[in-house]
Amino acid sequence: MQVEIPEITEQQIWSALETVKDPEIPVISVVDMGMITAIQLRTSDFGLRTCSITMTPTFVGCPAIAVIKKNIREEILKLGFDEVEVKVDFETKWTSDRMKTSAKIKLEKFGLAPPVMLNDDELTVEQLNRARCPHCHSTDTTLRSAFGSTLCRAIRFCFSCKQGFEQFKPI
Amino acid sequence: MSNALKDLLFKMADDALVIGHRNSEWTGIGPMLEEDLAFSSMAQDKIGHAQALYKILNEVLGEADADTLAFKREEKQFKCCQFVEQPIGEYDFSIVRQFLFDHAELIRYDMLTQSSFQPLAQLAKKVKGEIKYHVMHADSFVKQLGNGTEESKARLQSSLNYAWHLALGIFEKSEFENELISKNIFAGEDELKKRWLEKTTPIIEAANLKVPATDESKIIYGGRKGFHSEYLKPLLDEMCEVVRTDIDAEW
Repeated sequence: MQVEIPEITEQQIWSALETVKDPEIPVISVVDMGMITAIQLRTSDFGLRTCSITMTPTFVGCPAIAVIKKNIREEILKLGFDEVEVKVDFETKWTSDRMKTSAKIKLEKFGLAPPVMLNDDELTVEQLNRARCPHCHSTDTTLRSAFGSTLCRAIRFCFSCKQGFEQFKPI
Repeated sequence: MSNALKDLLFKMADDALVIGHRNSEWTGIGPMLEEDLAFSSMAQDKIGHAQALYKILNEVLGEADADTLAFKREEKQFKCCQFVEQPIGEYDFSIVRQFLFDHAELIRYDMLTQSSFQPLAQLAKKVKGEIKYHVMHADSFVKQLGNGTEESKARLQSSLNYAWHLALGIFEKSEFENELISKNIFAGEDELKKRWLEKTTPIIEAANLKVPATDESKIIYGGRKGFHSEYLKPLLDEMCEVVRTDIDAEW
């Protein structure tokens, strides 16, 4: 008797990836972040179904990479693949411009000032300073430190609401 | 060609690993919380860069895996310059070193974005953006302290004088220099040094400091060929202490 194996579509994979969050920013998925650069599906002659996912890390030394890889693999295996491979490479360079607008809105609600668009320009102090306070939306803010609690965050202070806040660095 | 590539990657990776370790020594003892965070974050970045470079050595050039390269080599096998080995000293030395070293790194990676060796060119494009933040950090403190009090200015100038000939050791050439240039892998240490001087000189001047005079005979070479200062061995002993308690343990 021949068993019909339902096809797994690329769309299902994208939907599943939406549920994998960045452990350091739990409101944003790896898809929102623009970290996924390629998906490849294969069915071997013997009917083995494999999926290969390529991701590009936000920061080279990001300690969350291993966790994200593991979470992606587990989530995609649930769809019924026999094997899932997650590759990390820099072929496509991650920049904060890859982040979707919807992700930037979520970031701000989460309390992190989103990064401004760099459009391939070299980063300048002026661009870094184009940040608005996620609490009161004032742009009267100042950089306290270009380095914060994680590699992707800077620390700022808002003169309007007198609160410190974090900024996702444009990179 | 692969020996030339290995030499280039090892010196860059070893520089990043060792300066990363030195940066991490500021964790918990920075002069203020922001600086504690800055040096800790830069440490994390540098060690990430070292890991990515060791990974290329492993996956593309057939060397051992990153952990083995980082933790299981002898002092003699390290190709870092002696500048990065120096103890953190006082904050003025650390910030001056960060300024001199990171400008060289940023330019080196910028040059490498044009490399004919694709894995390195791709990584360079990525790393460049991260080091930009390190350089911004250094520039801002060098300018503030140079234009600060009499003490901060004096301390910075004396650290700059002390660091200068060590920093010039970054540009020590290896036997593969011509090969790297002719094969368009890397445009070379002389070009890097030239661009580095052009970049750092106006910032040093804007900080009201004097660019130290270069005495060729005083430049501290040796690191790129495996001759290190008295400071590298103790650093490696400390860095590898846990691994060496059980060399074959799985983590």
